[in-house]
Amino acid sequence: MTGSLLLWRRKAVNIAMLTVTGMCTVVAAGILIFILGYLFIHGAASLNWNFFTKLPTPVGETGGGMANAIVGSAKLLLIASFIGIPIGFLAGVYLSEFGEGVFAFAVRYVTDLLNGVPSIVMGIFAYTIIVLPQKHFSTWAGGIALGVMMIPIAVRSSEEFLRAVPKALREGSMALGASRAQAIFTVVIPAAKNGIITGVMLNIARVSGETAPLLFTSFSNRYWSEGLNQPTASLPVMIYTYAVAPYEDWHQQAWSAGFVLLTLVLGVNVFARLVLARNRHVAR
Amino acid sequence: MSSTGIQPPAGLQAPKTADAKIRATNLNFYYGNFHALHGISMEIYEKKVTAFIGPSGCGKSTFLRTLNRMNETVRGTRVEGTILLDGENIFDQEVSNLRRRVGMVFQRSNPFPKSIFDNVAYGLRINGMAGTRNELRDKVEHSLRRAALWEEVKDKLDQSAYGLSGGQQQRLCIARGLAVNPEVLLLDEPCSALDPIATAKIEDLIFQLKDSCTIVIVTHSMQQAARVADFTGFFLLGKLIEFDATTVIFKNPAKKETEDYITGRFG
Repeated sequence: MTGSLLLWRRKAVNIAMLTVTGMCTVVAAGILIFILGYLFIHGAASLNWNFFTKLPTPVGETGGGMANAIVGSAKLLLIASFIGIPIGFLAGVYLSEFGEGVFAFAVRYVTDLLNGVPSIVMGIFAYTIIVLPQKHFSTWAGGIALGVMMIPIAVRSSEEFLRAVPKALREGSMALGASRAQAIFTVVIPAAKNGIITGVMLNIARVSGETAPLLFTSFSNRYWSEGLNQPTASLPVMIYTYAVAPYEDWHQQAWSAGFVLLTLVLGVNVFARLVLARNRHVAR
Repeated sequence: MSSTGIQPPAGLQAPKTADAKIRATNLNFYYGNFHALHGISMEIYEKKVTAFIGPSGCGKSTFLRTLNRMNETVRGTRVEGTILLDGENIFDQEVSNLRRRVGMVFQRSNPFPKSIFDNVAYGLRINGMAGTRNELRDKVEHSLRRAALWEEVKDKLDQSAYGLSGGQQQRLCIARGLAVNPEVLLLDEPCSALDPIATAKIEDLIFQLKDSCTIVIVTHSMQQAARVADFTGFFLLGKLIEFDATTVIFKNPAKKETEDYITGRFG
């Protein structure tokens, strides 16, 4: 019968598609779990207190840690945040509240383009405008490279969350005599606060693992880096350096550094999601 | 309905039983190329309730929103004509000050994502009317009492306004509007999202408020207009068809269109 044939074909297609999509899902998730598990096994195994408190040891000497790289990463992210977040956020405010016409279109387009620029190009950019004139590597240069990388995401995430604030709230505020700016700063931004903070945290998490822009800007340092004018160690660059070195104990430390970095990023991500989830709950 | 007895004053001139608070003269309004309001002229009387009725898209909300220049926040709009508030053209005034004097409550309650207290205090703070901490507290309480909400919220002023019911949220928005002591209160279909009990509370409130405030209400419910309004204007296709005392509009309208709408023959 044609009817039963049709039914059979439907079932067959259904089973086939379910199998294919299911397998792809398993592969996708499997790779992720494999990476995380591998990192956990190798990284957590050799992780100890020294890792967080000691400087790297000279070649051949075992032990030591990456305290300077952790502090270095923190300093880099701090500089990057001070550059990327205010610029990105305020540009996002502009695009969301006043962004119409050709100029706004151009800004959005350029921002998306900037987001797609390979991170190593950002490194070259910072190298050219900061490292070359100064004739030395510095924390500044690395922080600025990361900061510029943060701008596009900060712009677009701020804009998205501000746009999501209902027009009714802006009207409600202006109907009470608020100026446009007052409405934005006293109602719209507070209403989008959780989303914006989430975007900022995810942005920091994303940029904290960037290695390429740091290779020839903040470079690296085996010792403590004083101030912001010296080259500094950072976790991603240390991972890179240690992983390609020919020493087994360095490999172990690279794993540890990778694990620490991942844990930090994961922690920030989870926290950001929680904040966002709470935001949704309140706003209904 | 056939008219019997004395012919009431017809058309756009309502009987002058009170002083005009707002006087619109030959007001035209455009959304881009769309001519939304056609030469509206009318007077809104002080400390009376004026209702605008008419089918959807007839311009009644648009007209309401020109009274506090809220339409200016929509891009590509243009207005012609004059609206006098206490004899002064509102289009020559500083818009923040105008909107402080002419408050507005919207169709969907739109409390800010702040505490109940901060919602009411908002207008006072941005207009520099907050005063000392105690004065602010008193003003917030007074506004909530005027909006008949105080008893329900006095123990949870620091809680989020989103925890309130729909009707309470709408009364909170009224309290928020009242806090800055507006002379005119514009209500844009304030009950369309509310159940009958919440609606009745808002209508009670309108009765109480008209002693101290000039009230203009846009409503889809003719019964509501009949219940709360002293004067009623009927809008159709961007024109003010008829404006008169509510009793005249509902019992003895001068225009055929009004009668058709009132009796439910269309719209």
